[in-house]
Amino acid sequence: MKEFAYVRAGSVEEATSAFASHPGSRYLGGGTNLVDLMKLGVETPATLIDVTRLPLDTIDELPDGALRVGATVRNSDLAAHPLVRDRYPALSQALLAGASGQLRNAATTGGNLLQRTRCPYFQDLSKPCNKREPGSGCGARDGVHRDHAVLGHSAHCIATNPSDMAVALAALDGRVELDGPEGARSVEAVDFHRLPGDRPEQDTEIRPGELITGVVLPAATAGLPSAYRKARDRASYSFALASVAVVLRLEGGVVGHAGLAFGALAHRPWRARRAEEALLGAAPTRAAFEHAVELELSEAQPLRDNAYKVPLARNLAVDVLTRLTDTALTGRAS
Amino acid sequence: MGNHQHHSRTTLRVNGKPHTLTVDHRRVLLDLLREDLGLTGAKKGCDHGQCGACTVLVDGRRVNSCLLFAVALDGCDVTTVEGLSGDGEEPHPLQTAFLERDAFQCGYCTPGQICSAVGVLAEAAAGHPSHVTDTAAPSGEPVELDRAEIKERLSGNLCRCGAYPRIAEAVEDVIP
Amino acid sequence: MTGSVGAPAERREGREKVGGTARYAAEFHDPGRAQAWPVSARVARGRVTGVDTADALAVPGVLAVLSHENAPRLAEPDDPTLAVLQNPRVPHRGWFVALVVAETLEAARAGAAAVRVTYDAEAHDVVLTASHPGVYVPEEASGGQPAVREQGDPDGAFGSSAARVDVAYRVPPLHNHPMEPHTSTARWEDGRLLVHTSSQGTGAVRVVLAKLFDLPEERIVVTAEHVGGGFGSKGTPRPDVVLAAMAARETGRPVTVALPRRCLPAVAGHRAPTLHRLRLGADEDGRLTALVHEVTTHTSRIKEYVEHAAVPARVMYAAPHRRTVHRVAALDVPSPSWMRAPGQAPGMYALESAMDELAGELGMDPIELRVRNEPDVEPDSGKPFSSRHLIDCLREGSRRFGWDGRDPRPGTRRDGPLLLGTGVAAATYPVMVSPSTAAARALRDGTFLVRTNATDIGTGARTVLAQVGADALGVPLERVRIEVGSTELPSAPLAGDSSGTASWGWAVHDACDRLARRLAEHTGPLPEEGLDARADTKGVADAESDFARHAFGAHFAEVAVDTVTGEVRVGRLLGVYAAGRILNARTARSQFVGGMTMGLGMALTEGSTMDAAFGDFTESDLASYHVPVHADIAEIEAHWLDEEDSRLNPMGSKGIGEIGIVGTPAAIGNAVHHATGVRLRELPLTPDRVLSGLLDRRA
Repeated sequence: MKEFAYVRAGSVEEATSAFASHPGSRYLGGGTNLVDLMKLGVETPATLIDVTRLPLDTIDELPDGALRVGATVRNSDLAAHPLVRDRYPALSQALLAGASGQLRNAATTGGNLLQRTRCPYFQDLSKPCNKREPGSGCGARDGVHRDHAVLGHSAHCIATNPSDMAVALAALDGRVELDGPEGARSVEAVDFHRLPGDRPEQDTEIRPGELITGVVLPAATAGLPSAYRKARDRASYSFALASVAVVLRLEGGVVGHAGLAFGALAHRPWRARRAEEALLGAAPTRAAFEHAVELELSEAQPLRDNAYKVPLARNLAVDVLTRLTDTALTGRAS
Repeated sequence: MGNHQHHSRTTLRVNGKPHTLTVDHRRVLLDLLREDLGLTGAKKGCDHGQCGACTVLVDGRRVNSCLLFAVALDGCDVTTVEGLSGDGEEPHPLQTAFLERDAFQCGYCTPGQICSAVGVLAEAAAGHPSHVTDTAAPSGEPVELDRAEIKERLSGNLCRCGAYPRIAEAVEDVIP
Repeated sequence: MTGSVGAPAERREGREKVGGTARYAAEFHDPGRAQAWPVSARVARGRVTGVDTADALAVPGVLAVLSHENAPRLAEPDDPTLAVLQNPRVPHRGWFVALVVAETLEAARAGAAAVRVTYDAEAHDVVLTASHPGVYVPEEASGGQPAVREQGDPDGAFGSSAARVDVAYRVPPLHNHPMEPHTSTARWEDGRLLVHTSSQGTGAVRVVLAKLFDLPEERIVVTAEHVGGGFGSKGTPRPDVVLAAMAARETGRPVTVALPRRCLPAVAGHRAPTLHRLRLGADEDGRLTALVHEVTTHTSRIKEYVEHAAVPARVMYAAPHRRTVHRVAALDVPSPSWMRAPGQAPGMYALESAMDELAGELGMDPIELRVRNEPDVEPDSGKPFSSRHLIDCLREGSRRFGWDGRDPRPGTRRDGPLLLGTGVAAATYPVMVSPSTAAARALRDGTFLVRTNATDIGTGARTVLAQVGADALGVPLERVRIEVGSTELPSAPLAGDSSGTASWGWAVHDACDRLARRLAEHTGPLPEEGLDARADTKGVADAESDFARHAFGAHFAEVAVDTVTGEVRVGRLLGVYAAGRILNARTARSQFVGGMTMGLGMALTEGSTMDAAFGDFTESDLASYHVPVHADIAEIEAHWLDEEDSRLNPMGSKGIGEIGIVGTPAAIGNAVHHATGVRLRELPLTPDRVLSGLLDRRA
């Protein structure tokens, strides 16, 4: 790790202007991924701008019934917040399915969205990786890629996004709020992360110098039945092999709203729009769920060693859809 | 505060005592404790937040000290395994429970397990749910720590000797 | 002996461990201590053509950069993995090619990142297959075991057997990953070398350092006060201790080399992958007629280590026609080495899985199948067993586990999306013992001091040896103090092969027994310096025995397999052991349970993947190499029989550190088959494999 300068920002304006005046800056949130990558030499900032003490550490209800989560709210506090647990259970469950208690106590909302892939080739400076070093090649495509993408990958990159939280945000129609040199703006959570294409070095749509200031959970999905489920190699403290977040509203015996997003299948949380369309207006039967999910996954392009992800994702989605339906119909969790 | 230097004066309160040091910005809390303060209770098992051996409490919350730059903790309160018993001679009840249950073998993960368990007890009392908490449980209420809760919540602390069952028992022993 | 031995005495070093004051090898803050960081080779085979240290030396705080160009020349070690920085040859990726020494950890790491090494890379060959053209039959397998044993006509007998199983199993490379990475702190003082190291045996470390640095052993002190686990990987000295001693000599400073976790997979050994072919032939009554266990494994280019996985088949079952074979290919891979129950753990996974398959073929209860094949003598040697009691373990386990009345049909028990099953497997581990010395002293204050260079790697050696000493002396445990973990103490073998307690305990027993007799003859007050006795078990402990001496055990597992995800959860693990006399009920239980936990990891979560293109293990950290976590472990029970065996050692004990892992993977695998009807023959049983198996079965 190279030496670096350190700036503690007291306000968003201070942070973004410090970023502008210090070439090679990075914002420091909980550090759970950035410090890790700095130790590996993957990240080499000249200056760290500490944003953990910005006044962005609250969760507030907005007048329209939406919930605004500050960027520095820690993952554990977000997961435990009564309004989040009651109105957006998939988000709370996704957070709690990730990492460990210690990491969730440090990791921030903004930082969680900006964590990098855990692809072993990305983390190893001695190997080629187009994401880390554009043009160097991809070690994973013909290498060890059991954990890699089956959807939306490119010749340049087959990495997956490791976040659990981002999958729930995508399904819940969350928005990401940003502030930066060109002012404040927001983007749909589902559009925040990118597919790799020929620019795998670019994980998200964030612009240079922009800072995540918060995440907004909309009123529209507040209180809807939702859930998150993840499959993994050990019972806790490991990244997803596949995961799914589902938001489901039944109306008059048919699906009135479905939000479905997969994790660990692609370079970004994979919002399953085709499946959602197929579900809208359909009776909530297992057959309908299977049909819709298989429609979505029909475009999967598994690699040599990760074809299992397709049936795994299908099973997870059908299972969560079925359980949410049972809950909606019986009024209690099954 | 802002400069192009690579060191900063930083004050931490560790186990109740203030320490002001000029720290290399690259120095993580774990190395500050072990190298600068001689508090070697917190262990380095992986240096990347993947094993939990370095767990300490910062402002009362359990964290991986290997992933926290010390300079960013200016003004924070740190409690390590050495400080759990406070000023008293008596060990913390969790330390006693670990001894009585033989909840360790090589001992290398033990300080992290104990600090983590202190954090677990506080988090459950504060109503923090876990992955295994019943999703129908009332929000904001303290969570009762059954065996499954303890195991899930301590899963960020690896133990290669396999003392897990005994550790869970030791934590159960101190649940009020 | 009555009194202390067998009692659940509390760990002597427990207070230091729970209080955070127990000191490990990196925690000796000698004034001026420097830190070092290794640089790993980036090619799998080739030569270093240049080491550009200019940038590294320019990093503030960097004191020195050592490489083969400037490092002190060492004598050639017996273990080629310790010839670090001696020549430009790169035998595998991750081999150390330089070491940066600096004032601080941060400077050392930054310096290591700034070293520019160039290579002349050569084509490499790292992928093991059973048909690899380089496979050969070695002269012997690890532990001095014959590579091949054959009796009768196994092929003919197999061919004419009424019931046959011919199956292949794969166990992946596995990594020990003790929680404390391999670490050494070294300093030179007046021509003496003083080392704190994380090792399972400091005596061997001193022997190696003496040879490498051409020093008399008397001028070297090696201590290992507390060791954060080893599981075999610290059974031999590792490059950290050589590098620390070298760097300390070059810089004139105390130097700590604490290996980064990511270096361990390449330089601290691994359990070599094993490809098994098992052929079991039996008559209609389930009596084995033929047993053929053939194992193919890999070793490195620089060191032949042959995982002796076919050896347990020479011990377990009465089959008149038998063949056990080890084959190995030397590849451009890191050197494999000992990992908990080397040989036995992968070998018994394959053998005990195949026995389960044979029971299925015969429609016979798997316990009954084992009962019918219980040998009268050790099949391979023809020696009688000093004690065996495997059937008693199976019966006792069956009773405790509730095996009777088990529905043998696979894939028929459902709980919602879960498929439920139970499995059983036998376990064995040989009784090993080495000569040791010990000293005991009676002091005027009525206390006793027992000294031996045992190493307590978490086994509770201090505690157990004090118990043995107290009983031999006939005094209460609290009057016996014990010193271990330093070459300044009477010499003793390493903590490995489940042999430590037997070896050290024998010497402690004899020394204390001798002291007790001296005291009985002594009249009047003790002299100022106390009264001494010493013991050396050479020629006694290592005497050839007329008996086959092994511990045995039975493992039972209950699993739930999620048909949605393929995730396997173990609800219950139960082990029953016949392991001689249990010397400390508390620490012994921790040993058994710990072994079973590692066995669960071997069954379900652990495995390393050799990257064919790059020649390293992809799982290089603890996020990707999945050691089981708390949440993976449900109920684990360990029980033992009161086994008396007078043909072992004065304590009547067998080793207990390794047998817990041995039968666990097969028990879990057999339970997964019972749950699902799917027989998966490659570990670990991760969701991808299990789900794919479930889908194949449905299709």
